[in-house]
Amino acid sequence: MKYNLLVGGSAGQGMDTFTALLEKIFMKKGYYVFSNKDYMSRVRGGHNFIQLRFGTEEVTTFHPRLDVIIAFDEATVKLHEKRLRDNGVILCDDNIEVKHKNVIALPMMKIAKEIGKSKVYSTVAMGAVLKLFGMSLDKAEEVFHEKWDSEIKGYNLKAATKGYEMVEARFDIEEGAENDNILISGNQAIAFGALTGGVSFYSGYPMTPSTSVMTYLSKRQREANIVVIQAEDEIAAINMAIGSSFAGVRSMTGTSGGGLSLMTEALGLVDITETPLVVLNVQRPGPATGLPTRTEQSDLSFVLNASHGEIPRMVLAVRNAKDAFYQTIRALNLADKYQMLVIILNDQYLADAKQSIAEYNLNEIEINRYIATEDDINIKDYKRYELNENGISPRVIPGSIKGVTVLGDSHEHDEYGGIDESPEIRKNMMRKRMNKLEKLRQELIEPDYFGVDEPEILLLGWGSTYGSLKESVELMQSDGLSVGALVFGDIYPLPTKLLNKYSRYAKNIINIEQNFTGQLGKLIRQETGITAHKSLLKYDGRQISCEEIYNKVKEEVM
Amino acid sequence: MATDIKLFDSKEENSWCPGCGNFGILNALKKSLSELDLLPHEVMIISGIGQAAKTPHFVNTNGFNGLHGRALPPALGAKIANKDLKVIVTSGDGDTYGEGGNHTLHNIRRNLDITHLVHNNQIYGLTKGQASPTTAEGQVTSMQFDGVRFEAFNPLSFAITIGASFVARCFSADQGHLSHIIKEGIKHKGYALIDILQPCVTFNKVNTYKWYKDRAYYLDDSYDPSNKMIAYEKSLEWGDDGIPLGILYKEEKPTFIDRIPHLKDTKPLIKRKWKPTDAEKFLEEFR
Repeated sequence: MKYNLLVGGSAGQGMDTFTALLEKIFMKKGYYVFSNKDYMSRVRGGHNFIQLRFGTEEVTTFHPRLDVIIAFDEATVKLHEKRLRDNGVILCDDNIEVKHKNVIALPMMKIAKEIGKSKVYSTVAMGAVLKLFGMSLDKAEEVFHEKWDSEIKGYNLKAATKGYEMVEARFDIEEGAENDNILISGNQAIAFGALTGGVSFYSGYPMTPSTSVMTYLSKRQREANIVVIQAEDEIAAINMAIGSSFAGVRSMTGTSGGGLSLMTEALGLVDITETPLVVLNVQRPGPATGLPTRTEQSDLSFVLNASHGEIPRMVLAVRNAKDAFYQTIRALNLADKYQMLVIILNDQYLADAKQSIAEYNLNEIEINRYIATEDDINIKDYKRYELNENGISPRVIPGSIKGVTVLGDSHEHDEYGGIDESPEIRKNMMRKRMNKLEKLRQELIEPDYFGVDEPEILLLGWGSTYGSLKESVELMQSDGLSVGALVFGDIYPLPTKLLNKYSRYAKNIINIEQNFTGQLGKLIRQETGITAHKSLLKYDGRQISCEEIYNKVKEEVM
Repeated sequence: MATDIKLFDSKEENSWCPGCGNFGILNALKKSLSELDLLPHEVMIISGIGQAAKTPHFVNTNGFNGLHGRALPPALGAKIANKDLKVIVTSGDGDTYGEGGNHTLHNIRRNLDITHLVHNNQIYGLTKGQASPTTAEGQVTSMQFDGVRFEAFNPLSFAITIGASFVARCFSADQGHLSHIIKEGIKHKGYALIDILQPCVTFNKVNTYKWYKDRAYYLDDSYDPSNKMIAYEKSLEWGDDGIPLGILYKEEKPTFIDRIPHLKDTKPLIKRKWKPTDAEKFLEEFR
């Protein structure tokens, strides 16, 4: 059982706080929660909304049908009422004019003023929402207690109680079960992964929707003893991270597409100097400024090719908050292992979407640095770019061994890092660097698959569409369709085992992506010759829903 | 006490033109490192791209030869990662004042504790003779056939104005003076900009050894480098008015690392101890 709520209003009306509290209450009640944000690129006004879904089973995506609309302005009702289910409810202040059969207008502002704190008007709605689902206020009290001092908590509790008393229970839901879940957004999961995985240096330049990763780490600098630098531009940001990584500290940088465009030259520097680096790109719709606060998966082709010359790189996309954490740590370890660039793709939707998931198991996390010590090298003749049998040169931390110096170089270079233009060196160094991809291929993670064993319809997707794809496959399966979906996390090098396996059965292969050109479809065609028969592409800046996928796929195959 | 200067000799073949001013800078740099009793592994020399930026190849220390204009950001990263390293940036006027101007501006503001040697030959050497930010207005080059159409950049005035804590000018032909100033720059706690006039014997036929020698003079003991206004005035002297050599301005103020409390009085970041379970306490807020 899952219910879908929408909280809407203009920027500055406190919807973030409202939703954060409400989802915490649902969490504490033992429900699974998923919320995602839709906001405009402005500080005040406009129309923003948050969709909050909760239920007794894990929730991996939003749902377009709504059970409750909490409207802090008229625009919210006008824009979203068509999505309200027949028995759905619109909850709003009684000063908002709404002509709808299911409206519950409460004197929220009036109550707040009577209590003596006009800011608590939205808490009246919170109490009402809890009552609509037949829940008690006990957990609300707990959450308020964590959030505020006793005075503010008191105002809010009064407001919630008033709202609670003014409505009747409408919806049935089973009691939630005790669990150890955490509630975390995609970007928080990446940032927490970076922290857990030992990132000691993070440099970046603020750019929506990547900024929250840097903010998270910046806030914890002193406590965690890490350094976060807000650079003068993205070019500086990545070059700083390269410098600190070269000097031996686990480093990371992050940005969105426009910033990555500026970082592009340095991606090649990572490769040729063989400096481990993880670069996060939280995508938003481009080109240029594009839609700064919206979502898209349109940087895949770009990151697959970014940099002049040819470089090895790993590209992976995070699919949910669990993946975001573990994959970030894996990316850091792989970057160190192969002394190479690993690009993590996220997007605005997943960056800002919060979901409740099982708590991460920190005991199973490993940090592997692969640093060479005195025993691993010839101290008298150290070669940073040694050509050896295993194909990975020993990486000494500059300054760590007396008598050993380390030279990193952006030119083609000999084994010592000296400038060398000879054809033999060029060939050997290119081979050494590019061969890292072959080694990496041995440890790729296959895409997630859900669906029947021999699907006639095979859906292909990647990254943040994971949740919508999963739920749409469940819907199609309940209709009796022979369907399955592969959702890629590791994208480059492309894992092909499951792709080869399931594509054999499929009469209809459909790539479903949030971009115009079908970038994963192109990559798969390029790497395997497997061609999607159809594409379902969305590029309006809004996340595709399970219902959209379900409807479109049915249209295509029926 | 000094270390053996030969320790700093590199095996790599030098690719500068015979007679290039860079040789003087290279020799003075090695002399400074040796006289400061440093060992090669304790130093990191970082550069961008250009003839000057090849310096890390020609001296045996840790080195990082990065991208054009981008010498300072990796230097910041390396210094933050390991504050025990002596970090020296060696790059040209194009690299520092042109392509990398933004990084120069902001790292002066940071007062990062590094020494920045700008090999200022007032021309682009590696790309064969185009105007650099410090080429004189009107000077004809291999690209500016009618002469440079805008005013030359004055790095010293710029640096003093935006708060640099150590600003000096040297001449590559006087290695004794240069190595003395480099040592002062390395010893200085903060960002030390040393703009080194360096003839390009191949592409700059205006600013020759003679041109500099005829105009340069040394600031004497009566000069007070702690007076910012006087330093600013001095920084405006150029060309036929005379070119002052020496430390124009110097002040003590907190370095960038001094302003990172958890890095200031502790071990270098590279020695940070961390295990994944240390993140446990940060999980609480998500529960």
